[in-house]
Amino acid sequence: MIDFGFTVSPSSRINLDEVDKKSFVALSKIEPDVVKCMACGSCSASCTVSQFQPTSVRKAILSLQNGQISQAMDFLKHCMLCGKCTMVCPRGINTRHLIISIQKIYGK
Amino acid sequence: MKKNILIIGGGPAGMEAAANLDRLGYNVILIEKDKQLGGHLAKWDRLFPDGVSAKKTLDALTAELSGVKCFTETNIQSINVLDKSYNAILSNGITVLADAVLMASGFDLFKAEKKEEYGYGIYDGVMTNADLEKAFREKTLPSKAPKAIGFVHCVGSRDEKAGNPACSKVCCATAVKQACEIKEVYPDADVYCFYMDLRMFGRHYEDLYLKAQKEYGIRFIRGRVSEVAETMDNRLLVKAEDTLSSKPLKVTLDMLVLMAGMRPSEAGRSVGRQLNLTTEDDGFFSSSDNMLAIQKSKLPGFFYAGACTGAKTLPDTLHEARSAALEIDRYVKDNFKEQ
Repeated sequence: MIDFGFTVSPSSRINLDEVDKKSFVALSKIEPDVVKCMACGSCSASCTVSQFQPTSVRKAILSLQNGQISQAMDFLKHCMLCGKCTMVCPRGINTRHLIISIQKIYGK
Repeated sequence: MKKNILIIGGGPAGMEAAANLDRLGYNVILIEKDKQLGGHLAKWDRLFPDGVSAKKTLDALTAELSGVKCFTETNIQSINVLDKSYNAILSNGITVLADAVLMASGFDLFKAEKKEEYGYGIYDGVMTNADLEKAFREKTLPSKAPKAIGFVHCVGSRDEKAGNPACSKVCCATAVKQACEIKEVYPDADVYCFYMDLRMFGRHYEDLYLKAQKEYGIRFIRGRVSEVAETMDNRLLVKAEDTLSSKPLKVTLDMLVLMAGMRPSEAGRSVGRQLNLTTEDDGFFSSSDNMLAIQKSKLPGFFYAGACTGAKTLPDTLHEARSAALEIDRYVKDNFKEQ
């Protein structure tokens, strides 16, 4: 490869045409409440870890829907499964259980 | 002798007020510019939040009008204030001497082609909320199932450049209702709603939103569509920002529904100009008091009901029509004492 003295960053644009929806459908089967998220941010606000590491169930769900799987996993990798987010979710999503299911389906 | 009440506009507000004034013993003259009564309701298929039939609702309103003189395809040619009454010459040649007038001119839908970047009237797959209702009503949706469908909230609403900074109030619930309905027709299609805020304020509206997510799998994307372009194979390339992840987003759709908002009725405003009725910055008529007397204009004997004083839902409009009928009754009793 010729060195032109500069690099081009890959596009970070979300392309919904290229999202593989199969895994998300599989996730919705065992976690039907995942689609109920209304992005209020209660989960991230209550998260103890999020004060130190980028951790957010809301952002993880959004990333999965947008087909950004590795980013989604990054938002959950520091989770300690304390379950505070489950307590505060106004839509009654069992976020703790959801996180475990996401790891099962998308985790390596 | 029965007092004459002239009602301008034969939509739900005019019809409901007419029925109530008729029962209170007035001689009611209802005029409507279109061929049929019902206004926008006559063009709709089903109503949010419960999906009741627009036709049944309209039939129920019509059934109460047997004692009312209805003139369709009729406009106000001229109207002026006399000593204690209003003199109106109608386009059908009839002159009405009214003791009170109710303006129920409602709204016009925002002309979606003004938002050129959305491609209404340019690309085949782009339609408005009213077009989709018509297709539901007349069962003229394409038989070839679209793969992906989008709904754009706030078209011509909350948009200063489009001349309307106000929220049109009903489009959020309408979009979510239509998204569910289209998913029923095309269960395999991906359905997206592009919103800025979801204003699901009414009873059962939030249930509708939850149902759209949980039962219909509608994907809600927070961000305003910035532009629509056509692809080589005649599909629609839609660009927006997913503001929840702060990333630009693109998606290819087959059908895009624009939720055109409410603008003041041009026909109503032209009547208003003849009487020097004032409007607020949003173009809708100004009431004598926005808190205590929204049905009263600043002219004695001239009243408002429904969306001519701003965007309203159908139940709100009907309530206002009933209360305007009471206000008119009170006005006539106070001002025209029988000997």
